[in-house]
Amino acid sequence: MSDSSKTVVFEVLRYDPERGEAPHLQEFTVPVTKGMTVLDGLHWIKENKDRTLSWRSSCRMGICGSCGMFINGLPRLACTNQISHLHSDRVVIKPLPNYDIIRDLVPDLEKLFDKHRSVKPYLIRKDQVEQNRPTSEYFQSEEELVNYIQFAYCIKCGLCLAACPTVATSKDYVGPQALTQGWRYLADSRDEGCGEHGEALYSSHGVYRCHFAGACSQVCPKGVDPGLAIQLAKQDAFLKTLGARKPKKASGVTPPVQNWQPRANIPKAPEPTVGK
Amino acid sequence: MRESKLWFLHVITAVVILFLLGSHMGIMHMGRILQVFGIGSTEPTNVEEVFARSKQVLFMAVYIVLLGTALFHGLYGLRSIIYELSFPKALEKTVGRVLCVAGIALFIYGSYVAVQLTKGA
Repeated sequence: MSDSSKTVVFEVLRYDPERGEAPHLQEFTVPVTKGMTVLDGLHWIKENKDRTLSWRSSCRMGICGSCGMFINGLPRLACTNQISHLHSDRVVIKPLPNYDIIRDLVPDLEKLFDKHRSVKPYLIRKDQVEQNRPTSEYFQSEEELVNYIQFAYCIKCGLCLAACPTVATSKDYVGPQALTQGWRYLADSRDEGCGEHGEALYSSHGVYRCHFAGACSQVCPKGVDPGLAIQLAKQDAFLKTLGARKPKKASGVTPPVQNWQPRANIPKAPEPTVGK
Repeated sequence: MRESKLWFLHVITAVVILFLLGSHMGIMHMGRILQVFGIGSTEPTNVEEVFARSKQVLFMAVYIVLLGTALFHGLYGLRSIIYELSFPKALEKTVGRVLCVAGIALFIYGSYVAVQLTKGA
């Protein structure tokens, strides 16, 4: 059921570096229907009012992490926030803070990805041969999976960096997103790259610069809780320095399955169409 | 890793300071309560009593430990604040070294005073 008589004023930050104008807010009156998201509102503006309005978006379902914006004073995903849930007749939309603006609502996320790369966010193994040409899979129990799975839900939307007060003042701070991903691999029972991930994680601009404001955890749309990951990383380093933590022993590969029979009701996989 | 060790010491010194400052508060401001247990003094801030305490080796050791832990904890905290100001790397290193030298110099000077007070100089 729609209520087309209701309207909301969108105040959108406009900035075009090619025009040389300072960033300024522009108002649009948007008709609101039930279930309409902030992203839908932006699309309505683009289709009906101003085709030059720019932002990033893709999936419209909170998975791709493209549409991070500063909406009514909080970093949020435009696609997962309904206008009615903002409980306001004015929706003020600005690009994410703590990033440079490329244009209108498009932040420059290069800093986010540079920091993400700095923690080497991938499994590091000593057995390079097995890793590159696997004969089996690395063993991991359900308990070991629970140790890090929450932190693996990160969609790299960058909202946590926009909310972080330390990122706002320190450009060298590795930041909650990358620190969480560093811990995600340190906590992974299959990983052997403690030193490689830890180089950025435990640097002078790493976990120890976190003030534990918790803003990153508050704004994370996937419930990743970067604040928890940073505290766990600190705790781990503390126990390691104290000598109270056993050195991590990475899991080995599972033994090859022998004498297996396919279940009768599972259809045979089709032949590969590429890479022949 | 170096930063982990420094932060570890930062946490440990915080606990030590908590204990020593608790003792300081007890001795200096809760003398009447401590006298119930047969220890402490009703006039701990009298000059005579201050000098009398300073002549005890135990107090000298406590002063030196408190000085060392407070200096490390405070200067590491100051370094953390300075690091968040995003200075160039070279300047950050210089600041770290200056704070380290200042901390050692103040510790040596403070310890010297504590030892001299115990000797009664």
